Amino acid sequence: MLTRILGKQPFGLALAVPYVVFLAVVMAYPLAYAVWISFFDYVFAAPGMDIDADFVGLANYQAALTDPRVLQSFGNIAIFLAINVPLTVVLSMILASALNAVTRWTAAFRVAFYVPYVTASVSLIGVWMLLFSQEGLVNTILGPLAPDPSWLVNEHLAMPSIALYVTWKQLGFYILLYLAALQAVPAERYESASTDGAGIIQRFWHVTVPGVRSTTLIVLILSIIIGANLFTEPYLLTNGGGPDGASSSPVLMIYQKGIQQGNPDVASAIGVILVIGVGLLSLLSTRLTKES
Amino acid sequence: MTISRRAVLRTAAGAAGLGVVGGAAACSRPVVADQSAARSSRGPLTVWTSSNEQERAWGEAVAELWNAERPEEQVTLQEVPAGASTEEAVTAAIVAGTTPDLLFAISPAATTDWVRAGGLVDLSAFDGADAFIEGRVGAEVARGYAHEDGRYYQLPWKANPVMIMYNRELFAQAGLDPDDPGMASYDSFLDGAQAIVDSGAARSAIWPAPTAEFFQSWFDYYPVMLASTGGTLLVEDDRATFATDEGIAAGEFWEEIYARGLAPTETSTDNAMAAGTTAMQMAGPWAIASYDGTIDYGIMPVPTADGLSPEEITTFADAKNASMFTSSRHQLSAWEFLQFATAPEQDRILLDLTGQMPMRQDLLALHPEFFRENPAYRAFAEQSARVADVPNVPGSIEIWQRFRDGYVASAVLGKRPVREEFPAVADAIDTLLGA
Repeated sequence: MLTRILGKQPFGLALAVPYVVFLAVVMAYPLAYAVWISFFDYVFAAPGMDIDADFVGLANYQAALTDPRVLQSFGNIAIFLAINVPLTVVLSMILASALNAVTRWTAAFRVAFYVPYVTASVSLIGVWMLLFSQEGLVNTILGPLAPDPSWLVNEHLAMPSIALYVTWKQLGFYILLYLAALQAVPAERYESASTDGAGIIQRFWHVTVPGVRSTTLIVLILSIIIGANLFTEPYLLTNGGGPDGASSSPVLMIYQKGIQQGNPDVASAIGVILVIGVGLLSLLSTRLTKES
Repeated sequence: MTISRRAVLRTAAGAAGLGVVGGAAACSRPVVADQSAARSSRGPLTVWTSSNEQERAWGEAVAELWNAERPEEQVTLQEVPAGASTEEAVTAAIVAGTTPDLLFAISPAATTDWVRAGGLVDLSAFDGADAFIEGRVGAEVARGYAHEDGRYYQLPWKANPVMIMYNRELFAQAGLDPDDPGMASYDSFLDGAQAIVDSGAARSAIWPAPTAEFFQSWFDYYPVMLASTGGTLLVEDDRATFATDEGIAAGEFWEEIYARGLAPTETSTDNAMAAGTTAMQMAGPWAIASYDGTIDYGIMPVPTADGLSPEEITTFADAKNASMFTSSRHQLSAWEFLQFATAPEQDRILLDLTGQMPMRQDLLALHPEFFRENPAYRAFAEQSARVADVPNVPGSIEIWQRFRDGYVASAVLGKRPVREEFPAVADAIDTLLGA
């Protein structure tokens, strides 16, 4: 009976329990609670305050999906992902392959790519603001070609600028993933390809790309999840998703509606929609990278 | 080694259940169940101040005086926990039940929602509280800080009346008289601002934050609107008021400033006036310390459509008040500390250490020596007699955000004319208010 309940390896179960409890308390419970909130007229209250939370059905979802600012934020994040995800996958794979082939200064190159990733976004953003301001270094170099309005206050360039910044900042992490994956690609495959007359590009396309397919899936899913949860950059780099909401993101809207404006119910509905969207995109990525 | 999937699922379900029950139990337990007992209780207190260095110094000075007199009711001072803003940190603390006894940094914009959340103590329930509050700031000003039920949940503490500080040297370079710039009306202000930019004295004439944070309107549009309307709040009688001729004219004043390129549409990466990239800044007396010794500055009231004289102008108070939280176990001590900390002697310490204006009647008469020794603050003290604050309405921050989004789109970015945008935003806000 005890074996039926605890399984054949109860010690393994004991090892797994702390993490399962952690996930349940820190992830599962808040997620379930957020889903519950999204169906009620819910307000934050002090402990012990008896405030009725009426069931409102899909009203919070309706409020979220009919709010032009919320819809705009989802459109913005689609633009962000369309730029960030392909760039991340392509650049990190190419740079990792290049780094893997480098025999001198390897550590220095790896550190150079990794430093932006481990540096706090808040401090990097200050530098980017200086670089991309109206009279910043980038516009000074561009001279008459500088955009007007400038990058971060231009409604057509603000989100692409953020996407480029995030791609640059996160690249080091994904390069590390690919570097690890490249160690597992057998050298014989490259030798065979060379023997068959394959050049550098053909070896990359026919040996490296299939050889790191599983890592590409991880990079795709991680960059979609991290990208869809974009907050710090629009909050700081474009001062709250400006100009006129052109760089706002769903998570920024959740923050504004839930924390600033005291509407956790609508904020939760936005969060649930975002989770479903990210889940679907991740599923699509899995399908697209599935080996036939 | 394999683990039965069913066993894992069972464990996860159990843990999740525990989480739900535990969380629900934690959420339902009040920090102080017996509020009436707490109301008559004395004991040690925890007091939060903002993280501002000068305000922290004021808190330490006042706590030291109090602690010397009341060894059984010691005050422990803490800064508001780090967060994007005091309002967000306090909202989180109310929900978590971790608020202190008192906070001296309450933004009036957030209090209505905090009262509804059950986070603030009704100060009017203490003997003589209404008389104390109204005696401090005058009945009319005090009513502006009363909750919709007519009771006080905040004690007006200090104000930073918004005025225009300007760089006298840059004004002189632009051919303006630094002693009397003559920029009291919208037209004369625009002419003066144009002269500053045309002369090359500064890259911009004035540089308010052009961004969409909900509170930024308090430091550009709202003071101008208050000045031109004699103190009409953004919302009165559950209706938006800015779509009137005066409100739209104030918006068009800023629209013209941005359209002419007299103010940048991007955020300054440093203190623009200290760096000399702008000639004017809208600020309260807190800014004096940052310009003292570096800039030869002047102070003038915000402009109005017809150029009203300074003594007729109302501006934004930018008040920060004091409130007591329902998590306080010793509310009688807390109420007595509130009175102690806002006595004339402690207000003088506030003036000395922060330069911010205590909210009280006859401030100039009460502390004449301070304003004699620090004449730069006199203009702000005179202005502090004619201030208005944000409206005390539910969902205040959501309303300000709606307004700000419309303002930035129209006045700052010029995507739509202010004359068309303001009525549309006013309708949206009326809908929020249920009008």
